[in-house]
Amino acid sequence: MAEQTPPDPDAAISVRGLVKRYGDRNAVDGLDLDIRRGEIFALLGPNGAGKTTTVEVLEGYRQRDGGEVRVLGIDPADGGRSWKAELGIVLQSGAGDSQLTCLELLRAQAAYYPDPRDPAEVLELVGLTEKAGSRGRTLSGGQRRRLDVALGIVGRPRLLFLDEPTTGFDPEARRQFWSLIRSLRDLGTTMLLTTHYLDEAEELADRVGVITRGRLVEVAVPSALGGRGQAPAVVSWSEDGVRRTAETGTPTAFVAELAARFPGEVPDLAVARPTLEDVYLRMIGEPVV
Amino acid sequence: MTATTERSLPSVAAVCRTRAGVELREFFRQRESVVFTLFFPVILLLVFGAVLDYDLGSGVSFTQYFMAGVIAAGILGASLQNMAIGIATERSDGTLKGLAGTPMPKSAYFVGKVVQVFVVTVAIVVILLAIGAVFYDIDLPSGTGWLTFAWVAALGSAACTLLGIAISSLARNGRSASATVTPVALVLQFISGVFFQFSEVPTWLQTVAAVFPLKWMAQGLRSVFLPDALAAQEPAGSWELGRVALVLAAWCVIGLLLCVRTFRWQDRVDR
Repeated sequence: MAEQTPPDPDAAISVRGLVKRYGDRNAVDGLDLDIRRGEIFALLGPNGAGKTTTVEVLEGYRQRDGGEVRVLGIDPADGGRSWKAELGIVLQSGAGDSQLTCLELLRAQAAYYPDPRDPAEVLELVGLTEKAGSRGRTLSGGQRRRLDVALGIVGRPRLLFLDEPTTGFDPEARRQFWSLIRSLRDLGTTMLLTTHYLDEAEELADRVGVITRGRLVEVAVPSALGGRGQAPAVVSWSEDGVRRTAETGTPTAFVAELAARFPGEVPDLAVARPTLEDVYLRMIGEPVV
Repeated sequence: MTATTERSLPSVAAVCRTRAGVELREFFRQRESVVFTLFFPVILLLVFGAVLDYDLGSGVSFTQYFMAGVIAAGILGASLQNMAIGIATERSDGTLKGLAGTPMPKSAYFVGKVVQVFVVTVAIVVILLAIGAVFYDIDLPSGTGWLTFAWVAALGSAACTLLGIAISSLARNGRSASATVTPVALVLQFISGVFFQFSEVPTWLQTVAAVFPLKWMAQGLRSVFLPDALAAQEPAGSWELGRVALVLAAWCVIGLLLCVRTFRWQDRVDR
């Protein structure tokens, strides 16, 4: 495939046959990927699958050992200041400790970009307005992560990298973060998100890619990943004091049949499709050759 | 298709100004760095000035001798120790990696550091000279003495700043940089004629000290603070200002080469 289609220069991100070696191990082993402008793409995969390595090659932090890469039409290995000015990067490790206040940090960061957002507006957007005069160390974990995102978007990026942005968030903070990401999407920002949280990918992403052993094994909209859309439904109910389950491709007909058998309500009736987590766990559990 | 052109990026000079502001606030707002770098030499001067106020001969007090040494030690702290620990910390906590992902010109980062070292060094020198003059009746340099003072301080500071930046790449993090650099700096201070007269240091230790820049900074500054009669006590029987310039310049070159070869914007990639 790498030989057949060249990378797409109009895509936000286009990767063909990416290889990255550490010692004699291929951390990324022939990965292909296309991300359209304006979409939110979630990269899923277990630890050590090559997610962060891939993303850091795209961001220009690591040199690749093989393959072709275009990010906003530019090879990251040649990316200069103008190229970096169009990217926003939220690293997994986050920004370091600083003696500067949130607003001062954002003002300094904004000064590196040609067309930055107003720092005060960015603080508003991430919900840190009341922390404008506070130093980083006084922020909670969730607030620090929102500051990282603020630093990532103050340069008005066209492409935003988010590497495990909500690790360590409580459910409330994650929901607030999701709405922040949606408002950025409405502003036209392309986003590449890596995450461990399948609900997060399902909630935010237009498309999901699953990476295992350094390769992208599937790309799909979240509802269709792993053949989830066509997967048989599982109908379960209780009968004669025993829990019964049945897999069926026609759950509606099956339930109608059940309903006819019982005088009133079917006891403990439930109809389920495989969750994103089910298909994901099946995908990463299977050996990929 | 990139819409932004090189022209619309902020100028390097403008980003340098931003970085200088960031670096000064980072330094002066951190209590540890201010106490360690700025007040430690002041305390040394106050203590040594009060305790070791003996006469070196020719009517010169040890405090007058110590003035040159404590200023040299202050410059070492503001440049080498400050850079080694500060940059190692910024590398291990991800600050450098974050900056490397922005369109900040890399040179602006180093300009910011140089401005920080310059301002801190000037602050230390002014405070030490003021305390010396007010409390210990130190004779301040005069005429061409100031010129010698300026070039020794500038050249020594440049060499130590470059060395500090280079050393930062060897450390795993700020704490390990501090654990390595602080004892070495202390030992150098003992053998380079800061706390004791250099002539009292055993010859083999004098030879060790002569490899490093601190000895030459202290010696160059002594030429400013002490009467020429005391040059006879120096190892060569003179102030050797030419050699001071040569050794410090050589360390600038070595430091620069090491920086260029070793500087990293992120922790070693180990996965």
